[in-house]
This record gives sequence, C-alpha cells and structure tokens, in this order.
Amino acid sequence: MTDAIRTLEAGTSLWGDAWRRLRKNHLATFALFTLLLILCVVVAGPLVSPYSYETQDRSLGAQPPSGKNWFGTDTLGRDVLTRILYGGRISLLVGFCATAVSLTIGVLYGAVSGFAGGRVDAAMMRIVDILYTLPFTIVVIILTVYLGKSIILLFLAIGAIEWLTMARIVRGQVVSLRNKEFVEAAYVMGLSRRRIILRHLIPNALGPIIVYTTLTIPQVMLLEALVSFLGLGVQPPMSSWGVLIQDGAKVMEEFPWLLIFPSVFLSLTLFSLNFLGDGLRDALDPRISKD
Amino acid sequence: MLELANVAVHFPAPPHGIVRAVDGVNLAVGEGEVVGLVGESGCGKSTLARSIVRLTPVTRGEIRFEGTDLASLSRNALRAVRPNIQMVFQDPYASLNPRMTILDTLAEPLRFHGRVGRADTASHVGALMERVGLAPKWMRKYPHEFSGGQRQRIAIARALALKPKLIIADEPVSALDVSVQAQILNLISDLCREEQLTMLLISHDLGVVKHLSDRIAVMYLGKIVELGEAEQVYNAPVHPYTRALIEAIPRPDPSRRRDRAALLLRGDPPSPLNPPSGCAFHPRCPFAEERCKSAAPSLEAMANGRIVACVRKGEV
Repeated sequence: MTDAIRTLEAGTSLWGDAWRRLRKNHLATFALFTLLLILCVVVAGPLVSPYSYETQDRSLGAQPPSGKNWFGTDTLGRDVLTRILYGGRISLLVGFCATAVSLTIGVLYGAVSGFAGGRVDAAMMRIVDILYTLPFTIVVIILTVYLGKSIILLFLAIGAIEWLTMARIVRGQVVSLRNKEFVEAAYVMGLSRRRIILRHLIPNALGPIIVYTTLTIPQVMLLEALVSFLGLGVQPPMSSWGVLIQDGAKVMEEFPWLLIFPSVFLSLTLFSLNFLGDGLRDALDPRISKD
Repeated sequence: MLELANVAVHFPAPPHGIVRAVDGVNLAVGEGEVVGLVGESGCGKSTLARSIVRLTPVTRGEIRFEGTDLASLSRNALRAVRPNIQMVFQDPYASLNPRMTILDTLAEPLRFHGRVGRADTASHVGALMERVGLAPKWMRKYPHEFSGGQRQRIAIARALALKPKLIIADEPVSALDVSVQAQILNLISDLCREEQLTMLLISHDLGVVKHLSDRIAVMYLGKIVELGEAEQVYNAPVHPYTRALIEAIPRPDPSRRRDRAALLLRGDPPSPLNPPSGCAFHPRCPFAEERCKSAAPSLEAMANGRIVACVRKGEV
C-alpha cells in the first residue's frame, strides 16, 4: 500500500501524465524549446540592442543586412532586427492573450450550452449565430470609438470575435459526450454539474480544442495586422510582425529583407505552435500515446 | 427499501404517438434482497433501471426509496440521496472515463462526498480494487489498458465505493465474453453474500439471473408478467412467456433437452408504439385463446407469493 500512496503523492493528474508523455515526443519538445527561445529573444533582445525601434536615420535609408545592422535597415533607416524584436512582443502578447480570452469564453460557453441542452442550448447557439453575422472590422471600430485605442482593447476585441467557432466546436463535442455512460455514471454518483463539465466533459473534448487553439493563434496574429492597418491597433512607430510583413510586402522587390526576416520569425513561431499542438493533443489522450 | 408503485415511462414518438416503454410496474426490493429482472431486448427493463436513478424521467407513478419518492425530489435533494443508489452499467468500455486513471475514477466519488481524506485515498482505492479482485498496483493505469472483464470489475468497485444501500446492475455481463461472464457473476455473487448487498439485477438471460436472485420478475412489453421466488420461477414457470425464456437457455446436455419446439418464441416482440390488444403476448403465445385477444390479464396472486398475469394460468 505504501507504494500506492507514493504514486498518489507523485501526482496523478491528466496534465501531469500528459507532461511526462510530451517530453518523450521529440518534435513537440523541440517546438516547445523553439517557442521559449523566441520568447526569451523577444523579451531580452531589445534590452541589449544598441538601436531603438523608433530612431530614424534617413541618410541611411534601406540598407541590406550587414555586420552593423544584422537584418538591414528599413526605408526610414531603422534597424530591422530591433523592430522585429519589439514587434514580436506585441505579436506574441496579442497572439497568446487574445487566444486565451477566446479559449476561455469559447470552451466554457460551448460546454455549458451543450451540457444544458434543450432551449438553453438553442438560445445560446442562436446568440452565437447572431454574433457571427456582425462584421469584425465594424465591431472593432465601434469598440475603439467608445473605449479608445489600446492594446488591451485589441485583446478583448479579437478574443471576443474568435471564441465563436471554439464555442461551436466544444458544444458539438459535449453534445456527443453528454449521453456517454461514464457521464451518466457521474450523475448517478451525485457529482455536481460543475464537476461533470470540468472533469468529465471538457477533458474528453481536449483534442479538437487544442488543435483549434493552435490554429487560432496565427489567425489572431494576422487579424492584429489587419486591425493595425486600419489604424486601430498598434500605433506607429511601434510595430508588430503582422505590420512589418505588410510593410515589407509592399517593397519586396527592392528590399526583400524587409519581408523575409519578419516572415521567418512568424513562420517559425507558427510551425512550433502546430507541432506543439499536435504533441499536446496526443499527450493528453491516454489511448493514443504509446506509453 | 425500494418500492416501485405503478411506474410508467412514456416517450413521445411523433408522428406515431407514444412509446410506452414502461407501463405500470409495481415491484419492491427488500433490504438484503437480490431481485432479478428479465425480459427480451426492448421490453423496458433498462428504461426502468434508468428511471430509478432518474437518468430518465418517469411519466407517472412513484419510486419510493426508504419512503421518499425519488421521482418528485428536487435536483439538490436528489443529489443527497444519490450516493445511496449506485449503478453498474452494461458496457464497461463506455462507462469509464478514458482520460482518468483507475485511481482517479475510484477516488472521485469518495473525495467528492468527503468520505475519505487526501492522505487515505490511495489506501481506500487499493482496498476497493482488492475487493473486486484487481491488484492495487494497477491503480495508475487507464481504462484502455484493461480487458472488458477487468473494466467491469472497476465499474463494480466504483459502484461499491460509496457503500450504497442499493445497487442497480443493468446487464452487467452481457457485453462480456462467456468465460468472463462467469467470473463477473461469481464476483457479484460473492459480494452479495459477503456484504448483504441489496440489488436489482437486470438481464435478458434468465440463466444469468437465476443463481444470484432471491426473487425474479419477468417483464414483457413494459409490464411485469410474472414475479416469484427465483427457484420456483425457474423450475416451475407459470406464464407462457417465462416458459419460453427458460426454453431459450442453451442446454449443454442434449439428452436433457425438452420438447422445446412448441415453446420457442417466434417472431419479434411487438412494437411498444402499437401494442397488441388484450394480453400483449397473445400473438406469440402457443396457448392463446380468443379471450386473450380482448381482455388484458391483471397480475393475480398465486401460492407462495407468486404473481402472474395470464388468464390461462394453472390451465396450461
């Protein structure tokens, strides 16, 4: 019995087991490592960079990469590497925070809707349908007019739009799980509805949730670029990867490095997220992992 | 302990009308008693089981557990009663959460209802696993790592965890291989004997129910047609349907085979959407007469507490 008690103390949670399995997946571990590296570089890089993201040097103009400016300079003579690092802070912040907002709202809303069933479900899903029809840009413009321009608002606006699909996905999963016998067994045991949703329904819907989350993060990053292009998101001279890529694309024939370098950072991040997402999905399903 | 009074469960089935899955069932289960409930697929026995634990709402009638009517309890009041009535489900592949270890599955009811502290959980779960014949060292494994029989042992352990006063076992062995069925039945039999469990045991197989039950109720198309002591019902069935069910049990010794041709059931059970007039069994009954088509027989008492619903009881 003592060894059983020890295993309990070692922690037997879905997440604990998943972490153990994730570490055995080399691709996912590598992706996680890459993400952390990008995060560190983006956070620490600007602190050691000799350049500022806003100081212009028009005499310099757009210079190709050199020993002085590793990734070259943009048309206003600003150091591209420094701008990418600063922009990365914004992009990653928007990507993760807006996704976290949409994930939280979407999963809870969808799970409650699917679990409640009947009229409550129908009403909640019609609300989602109505929100779907609102054009995103108009919602953002209205929010900006009333609440002013800020990064926080950007998270909320993007998160508040992106949760709709997540809610539908989770609701569909929960509806199919709701009548499974293990959920009925949980009822019979007298568990609370809250516990049934959190411990039995959502964990079994995690696969699609994680896959869709890894798809949401890049969507959100690109949406941020669109919003910024409308003059509502990130304000110049501050930048983000989305904005840098958009600006770079305009001058790609003359100054290709303005497009290539920010794109490399964005792609690397998105690749890592996808591999990590796949790894997490498998790690969280005890049936898939060879363990 | 458990009393069902005129319980009916109807499902609307537009555009055809109403499915009377359970239609006026009276049944009592006393403390320490094992009552077997048998009938063909679709006769409403599972619906009845589900309505006792309120997974399916009853249309009419009372389900009294220790005097309180479960059918009319509020959600919160019901949750307080739930630990006293536990259920073993038919399919052990679907009744265990695939993302929870055995430890988590068995610890959940204990911890949620505050029956054990954090420090004692593992030892409690280990003891539960030993009671159902599983090694406690497996508690960190997931359901998919176990065979069907082992999973059903886990499901039984989960039902026992809260020390319920009543266990509803809904076809606990019908999803298992025949060789494993015997093991699980022996386990249930041992548990019943050692712990004086009160159980409603549901099966389509009279042979399964016979050895474990004190009394047997036979159900046909939503109604109970025969009820009595297990030995008597098995050895001296009165209702033609019960006799047909007993004839349907495969016999390992062909020389003991009775003349079964006359009694074997023909055809499918009629649709509960549109039950036959009179006695619902008359279209398939070898002894049916004209009067069976018009008047529905009521349950009438015979000797030794036997109750049978057949107008020709005692004649055939």
